[in-house]
Amino acid sequence: MSFIEFEKTFQDKVDQDIRIEPKDWMPDAYRKTLIRQISQHAHSEIVGMLPEANWITRAPSLRRKATLIAKVQDEAGHGLYLYSAAETLGITRDEMIGQLHSGKAKYSSIFNYPTLTWADMGAIGWLVDGAAIMNQVPLCRASYGPYARAMVRICKEESFHQRQGFEILLVLSRGSEAQRRMCQDAIDRWWWPSVMMFGPSDDASPNSELSMRWKIKRFSNDELRQRFVDICAEQVKLLGMTIPDKDLKWNEASGHYDFGPIDWEEFRNVISGNGPCNKERLEARVKAHEDGAWVREAALAHAQKRAVKEEAA
Amino acid sequence: MEKNHDNLGGAGAARQMSPDRSDWPLWEIFIRSKQGLDHKHVGSLHAADAAMAIENARDVYTRRMEGVSIWVVESKYVHASNPDESASFYDPANDKVYRHPTFYDLPDELKHM
Repeated sequence: MSFIEFEKTFQDKVDQDIRIEPKDWMPDAYRKTLIRQISQHAHSEIVGMLPEANWITRAPSLRRKATLIAKVQDEAGHGLYLYSAAETLGITRDEMIGQLHSGKAKYSSIFNYPTLTWADMGAIGWLVDGAAIMNQVPLCRASYGPYARAMVRICKEESFHQRQGFEILLVLSRGSEAQRRMCQDAIDRWWWPSVMMFGPSDDASPNSELSMRWKIKRFSNDELRQRFVDICAEQVKLLGMTIPDKDLKWNEASGHYDFGPIDWEEFRNVISGNGPCNKERLEARVKAHEDGAWVREAALAHAQKRAVKEEAA
Repeated sequence: MEKNHDNLGGAGAARQMSPDRSDWPLWEIFIRSKQGLDHKHVGSLHAADAAMAIENARDVYTRRMEGVSIWVVESKYVHASNPDESASFYDPANDKVYRHPTFYDLPDELKHM
């Protein structure tokens, strides 16, 4: 078969919603796009453990502590599902981690913001995980089998994350004046970065069209963002709090909420490394990896020694 | 038959491209969700040896009681059929619809068959 025929067979499968599996022929650009997207998604899960881990030791009760630990453990699990899905495309774990540590690979810019108060655990669960779920649910039907399967697992687990976050905010919103202020302050700080999580607007997102044709993406950035705003604008009423956007207004004609302009300058700044915590996050990852090197080596040496012993016996 | 696992897929090939001796081997994980059901492939992970692979699989794939039994197989030992040869490989079954019960034309009055 010629290249053109291979490509046609591939696109026919995608069009018919037949999943592409690791050993099937696929265009190089499809493979590269997936490696970039899945590995960056994995990095986001792993780096995303840091802002929340910051509050484990200071959680206000044993119940909150146990659930926060469980959530951070889930994020580690999600990173592992995704790394192994990316590995099926021919990149090694070491290469991916190397790319993260050298700054070549990106991760979601949201994790470069600091977690200043306990209410941030609530706002992250509600808004950040809420935005992530909005992005991730359509990925359960992505054309690449291992990615889609990993996303199914992840989405099942994310729902607990969002609910535990909203519960934290709900309790604060019914608490003292200081607690209510803390709740509103966290929403104020996390709202816009969460809205930015959907990525550049459609007219500034050149790769989207190809990803749609390949069915890696099913909805555009702006469609998903609008859905997120519509849902949150209603949910915030349950908290008796407000969303920090004076232009947020129900639009009868469109059947959606209108919202104010997004500060893309800030988005680009944080992505390119100048967010409040970029340096700290990366340093924490590199340090954890380097400090753990001896454990990885020792485990391997132990396994090899035992294998030799078993062979001799 | 083609050697190489499939995580079943490309990771085996990639590992051969850049051998890093400090990298733990890759394992394929199979989980029985409850007694009476088959073990099913759920994904893969890295571990130094089989015992660690089983413990890691417990932490990664059964945090919500998704399993009662775990199998781990080092990925390099999984052999897979080649998708490029699917057409000819599965061809022998193509023209044998008579292997299915619905192939047989029988009167509706016939019960319990």
